Amino acid sequence: MGDKLKVTVRRGGPGAQHDQTYAVPAEDNQTVLDVVSWIQQYADPTLSYRFACRVGMCGSCAMTVNGVPRWTCRTHVRKVSERPEIHIAPLRNLPVIKDLVADMDPFFDKWIGAEALHHPSRSREEAIAPIDPQDAARQEADLGIECINCAVCYAACDTVAGNPDYLGPAALQRAWTLLNDAKDGAHDTILDAVSGTGGCHACHSMGSCTQHCPNELDPMRAIAGLKRDTVRRAFRGRR
Amino acid sequence: MDFHLYMAQRLSALVMAPLVLGHIAVMIYAVQGGLTAAEILSRTQGSLLWFLFYGLFVVAVSLHAAIGLRTVAQEWLGLRGVALSALALVTGLGLFALGAQAVWAVTFA
Repeated sequence: MGDKLKVTVRRGGPGAQHDQTYAVPAEDNQTVLDVVSWIQQYADPTLSYRFACRVGMCGSCAMTVNGVPRWTCRTHVRKVSERPEIHIAPLRNLPVIKDLVADMDPFFDKWIGAEALHHPSRSREEAIAPIDPQDAARQEADLGIECINCAVCYAACDTVAGNPDYLGPAALQRAWTLLNDAKDGAHDTILDAVSGTGGCHACHSMGSCTQHCPNELDPMRAIAGLKRDTVRRAFRGRR
Repeated sequence: MDFHLYMAQRLSALVMAPLVLGHIAVMIYAVQGGLTAAEILSRTQGSLLWFLFYGLFVVAVSLHAAIGLRTVAQEWLGLRGVALSALALVTGLGLFALGAQAVWAVTFA
């Protein structure tokens, strides 16, 4: 083809970021990750970025593409821009380590903060609890379990941007799936964790998480469920 | 947001919803054939009903608005801790003082 893309990449580390522009050969079929990889391999080997699977399974290549958080491996260049120009930056709402690599620590710390981790209800000596796939709670949990921790929702969330304490959509959605999981043994612990400062009640239901989730999950629905269950528990009293 | 503030804001909204409708209905009724201070006062003065109606309204508004502005100040001005609580408290008490004074003035003053 011979055409070039004008690709602007946010470079640098904490406190010293700048934009750098590259001319990248345009291809018929080309993902944003292909573009970033081309720059790293042919133009500037010092460019840092993350990826692993290249097929939308691992959740490590999320970046901000033309202002929108996306999996770069599943985003074709032509999908994001009519013109042969793209701007690529690290994920929003997370500290940058270098170039396109965001520090995911705060994101995962908040999973722990939301008690979005398994709380065993039985020991290994006991039989495994049977799970009925038709059960309403199980079906609610199933809606959210395909999350692969890519932090696209977290980067998309304006509440996280305004309130750094907010646990964010991904952590709260995982807390919600566990709350609906018959094998989780600490439902009150989860409800306590999501009721504190920065918990589910900080959500304004703006819906950016649901709009941008590459897996088409609905964290906003999960957060609404958490709000409902915390209120229900307050009226009912603790068990 | 803290769960208790969330609940206080939702419950105050629940209280306000019918009061807003009642307030608007009375406004529409009251302006028929002109609006005078004397007409309003004749309706409200000495009335326990209107005192409770607008008294409750003022309490709900003070709570609701203070909590809402607290969130705005937190997210947009970056206020935290004591400053944030102080702002919410001053807003809530200020709205209550203004509203309570007005309700008292048109009912039992």
